Amino acid sequence: MELKSKVPSGPLEQKWDSHRFNMKLVNPANKRKYHVIVVGAGLAGASASATMSELGYRVSCFVYHDSPRRAHSIAAQGGINAAKNYQNDGDSIKRLFYDTIKGGDFRAREANVHRLAQCSVNIIDQCVAQGVPFAREYGGLLTNRSFGGAQVSRTFYARGQTGQQLLLGAYQALEKQIAKGAVAMHTMTEMIDVIVIDGVARGIVARDLTTGRISTHLADAVVLATGGYGNVYFLSTNAKQCNVTAAWRAYKRGAAFGNPCFTQIHPTCIPQAGEFQSKLTLMSESLRNDGRCWAPVKQGDTRSARDIPESERDYFLERKYPSFGNLAPRDIASRAAKEVCDEGRGVGDTGLGVYLDFADSIKRLGEKTVAERYGNLFEMYERITDENPYRQPMRIYPAVHYTMGGLWVDYNLMSTVPGLHVLGEANFSDHGANRLGASALMQGLADGYFVIPVTIGDYLAQAKLAPVTPEHPEVRAAEAAANDRMKRLVGIKGKRAADSFHRDLGKIMWEKCGMARNTASLTTAIQDIGALKEEFWRNVNVPGSDADLNQALEKANRIADFMELGELMCRDALEREESCGGHFRTEYQTPDGEALRNDDDFAHVAAWQYTGEGATPTRLVEPLTFENVQLSQRSYK
Amino acid sequence: MNMLLTFWRSTIGKKVVMGVTGLIGLGFVIGHMAGNLQAFSGAEKLDAYGALLHGPLHELLLIARVVLIAAVILHITAAYQLTMISRAARPVDYAGRKPQVSTLASKTLKWGGVLLLVFIVFHILHFTIGTVHPDFVDGKVYRNLATGFEVKWVAAFYLVAMIALGMHLYHGAWSSMRTLGLARQSAHPLKRYLPVALAIVISLGFAVIPLAFLLGVLR
Amino acid sequence: MNFTLKVWRQANAKSAGRLETYAAKEIPSDASFLEMIDIVNDHLEADGKEPIAFAHDCREGICGSCSMMIDGVAHGPVKGAATCQVHMRSFKDGQVITIEPWRSVAFPVLKDLVTDRSAFDRIIQAGGYISAPTGGARDANEILVAKSDSDSAMDAAACIGCGACVAACPNGSASLFTGAKIAHLARLPQGQPERYKRVELMVAQMDDEHFGHCTLYGECQAACPKQISIDVIGLMNRDYIVAMATKTPDMAGASGHG
Repeated sequence: MELKSKVPSGPLEQKWDSHRFNMKLVNPANKRKYHVIVVGAGLAGASASATMSELGYRVSCFVYHDSPRRAHSIAAQGGINAAKNYQNDGDSIKRLFYDTIKGGDFRAREANVHRLAQCSVNIIDQCVAQGVPFAREYGGLLTNRSFGGAQVSRTFYARGQTGQQLLLGAYQALEKQIAKGAVAMHTMTEMIDVIVIDGVARGIVARDLTTGRISTHLADAVVLATGGYGNVYFLSTNAKQCNVTAAWRAYKRGAAFGNPCFTQIHPTCIPQAGEFQSKLTLMSESLRNDGRCWAPVKQGDTRSARDIPESERDYFLERKYPSFGNLAPRDIASRAAKEVCDEGRGVGDTGLGVYLDFADSIKRLGEKTVAERYGNLFEMYERITDENPYRQPMRIYPAVHYTMGGLWVDYNLMSTVPGLHVLGEANFSDHGANRLGASALMQGLADGYFVIPVTIGDYLAQAKLAPVTPEHPEVRAAEAAANDRMKRLVGIKGKRAADSFHRDLGKIMWEKCGMARNTASLTTAIQDIGALKEEFWRNVNVPGSDADLNQALEKANRIADFMELGELMCRDALEREESCGGHFRTEYQTPDGEALRNDDDFAHVAAWQYTGEGATPTRLVEPLTFENVQLSQRSYK
Repeated sequence: MNMLLTFWRSTIGKKVVMGVTGLIGLGFVIGHMAGNLQAFSGAEKLDAYGALLHGPLHELLLIARVVLIAAVILHITAAYQLTMISRAARPVDYAGRKPQVSTLASKTLKWGGVLLLVFIVFHILHFTIGTVHPDFVDGKVYRNLATGFEVKWVAAFYLVAMIALGMHLYHGAWSSMRTLGLARQSAHPLKRYLPVALAIVISLGFAVIPLAFLLGVLR
Repeated sequence: MNFTLKVWRQANAKSAGRLETYAAKEIPSDASFLEMIDIVNDHLEADGKEPIAFAHDCREGICGSCSMMIDGVAHGPVKGAATCQVHMRSFKDGQVITIEPWRSVAFPVLKDLVTDRSAFDRIIQAGGYISAPTGGARDANEILVAKSDSDSAMDAAACIGCGACVAACPNGSASLFTGAKIAHLARLPQGQPERYKRVELMVAQMDDEHFGHCTLYGECQAACPKQISIDVIGLMNRDYIVAMATKTPDMAGASGHG
């Protein structure tokens, strides 16, 4: 099979415009004849549902939460990028495009990233119109801050709750459409499978989490906006319920999975405190604007931070990357912190941590200003660690945060299964091998507000869809398979809680397919996961019934998919014999320890095609061509 | 009319009614208290004040009474209906709910209100109509006070009722302003100074009369 | 640390529930309250018993899923924190801890500690938005917003929709939740055109959901993980009075369409 990216021809700046002109339109009166299913109501799903229903399509939206307002987009702290150039510091669409491509270590599709940068300016306008209370100057204008990987201030923010405010904007737009009857909202309903008929996505199988009832829902197109799969590591900054199930079932129904090994490890998270830990908490990257990262020069230095004199501190980011300093991109900052800890210079009880110190900023700006900028983050830190970051430096350590990989999509955001579209973090498209800070919110909203509402029309206008009824054998078969799977899980009655398998999977992934990977670690990881998977299906204990609200069953169902995904991630990491962005193969590094890309052999997207249970999936390749940027060794020095 | 009905049916509408009628009551008790305190100027002064109200200001008094009775009825009706709504809002109660910031005044508002209602009825029968007074003489206001407070339990009941009034006002006066949306934005909205002063002044201002008769300051 | 838990167990919305006692043993003091429940649940699951169902997700105090009445206090003993942000170091070793779901007729219990809070969504549906269909927005900087207005709008917008205000209110009132959304939008210039229609419709919906009334006990503000001020209730009431006083027959005809 060939991956057709469907990138329009013409100059980069005009591709999106000319594509919009060339796309087929659906007559306004005909739009209500089309039914679109959207799975997920985070930034991408909520904005897509609201906007498509505004256009006139009949939309059904499915979420496993009790309310669409709870999607994990809500937890994004730092901000959203947009090429507004309100600060007059030389920003432009082209610069945002370039920074994002370079930040992604040249593993993203040029045309998509440029469109993202173009849409970024509209997003801010749209959100302000909805009443998103972005931070402002005294004169009433919007203010900005800088973020990692950029040398301009282009990040818009709403205190440390930007994701929350953007999501509430989209959520409110969605609720308005629900009240109108234009969107049918299905809360506490989890997608279990995609229904594919004659090779085309025609609906989903879903499970009502309150009653356990499995139901089928048919439509003319399906849109997945189901987020990322960082929880494959068990410990991540993701919400506990984030999972890969929707994307994974789509993969098993024929949608290719792009670059699964590209995972982002965020440098500024609160270090793990013990085995009981259920998730890791991110400290916004914005902290690096005023905080300085350091570690003791001496190994095993157990003195408290304040007792270590200036001369015995290593401000490692400023030393290694003088021009970006503490604002080096995430993958680079994370790796630098890991190196320091690997050298035995880590701090805290576990030795897995470095300092993020605000003493200089407090001296320079005063405690009040620092509190104004980061007060809520400092409070959050103190609450979790019982340490006061105004008095002693924060301890931070990298943690899994975001997954750049995801279902492969073309320029229209359609997967390799016709009719199945994928938005936001769930797709692979815009961030290459590393995402820059404040770009995830941008992508989710660009996809949902501005891209899919247009491209779906092009699909629907041309698709020749035969009517399908719930009695169709494929629909019935998918429904029966979902029921069987639930029954099978509750029927195992083994000896281990589902979570314990998840923890084991997380350890394997973190140690062997985490911040640094190599042939040996990845090969053993694949074997370990195979064994774990085998034990899971023999020895998991899912108490209760499948016809009930059963959180143990929900977990087990998701963990089963995570194990299969973990295997694919390792396989993908093994095949990509280079280092790029968040994917760091220890065999491929420059003499000073930076990621060493191999553009001759790996300037491409790897998309995996499912070939059946137990069979090795096929690795498809979409070559990446760079016509507008110079491929170069990424340097932040 | 439709709109008035909608307003009355809403919980906020009923609260607004309670707030407005409460403030009418507050205005009344301030005036009443000022009148009462004339007892300290002697029997003649007080009796003359009574005569003024019942004589030349008769119409005014009538209007005031009508307004007050309407206010009391509305206040109580709204309170009763809201209590029922809130009771229905939590059919299964907690094994134990620990209030964090509720004041004694707010917690006793409902039953304090009931006590005040009983008191008002008694008070009218006692000093206005005179049916429960041991020796009531129409127009002899000061004398009625003196003989009325000779009954110790009656004086004690008046004192208890004035504590209830103080507490009712402490929460009610403050919350009315907030209910009506007249309070300014505040960093500590639960802090209140004026209502404390108001509650103390009014309850003391009333209580000094029975106290004075009890202690023999007035005879 | 060791604790004795008394947890509300209820099979589903229809059945009656009761408090059951569980031992929580060897709990690290750095564990969060939900991690403590995780540990108890792991043991229950391994023994083939049904784990305690509870709503949770982000575990960093922003999604608003977690919702436990801990010893009679919504979200437990830590001020300005959701249940997930409470750590066991806030409790005494050996303490008996009672855990109940939110109790409100508008939040029926679905199972154990999980309640259905869709009433909040319906209040938002009634008018908790600014009508701004995608595509028509003008440049963001053409709308000037005084920093103080923007800041106080943000204070109200910080609501996470957890329902602690309702849970803690002696009357089971949703005034803080509803007032917070009304205040968020009323404090911004973008929210003005729909300001009075919004408050009218949202208040009507709030009442239709059978929430109680507001007596200004202040318990909602004390329980709110985002410490939203009861000032928002004053604003809601004032706007409601204005809405009612200025309503014209035409508007009455147009209302009810969200």
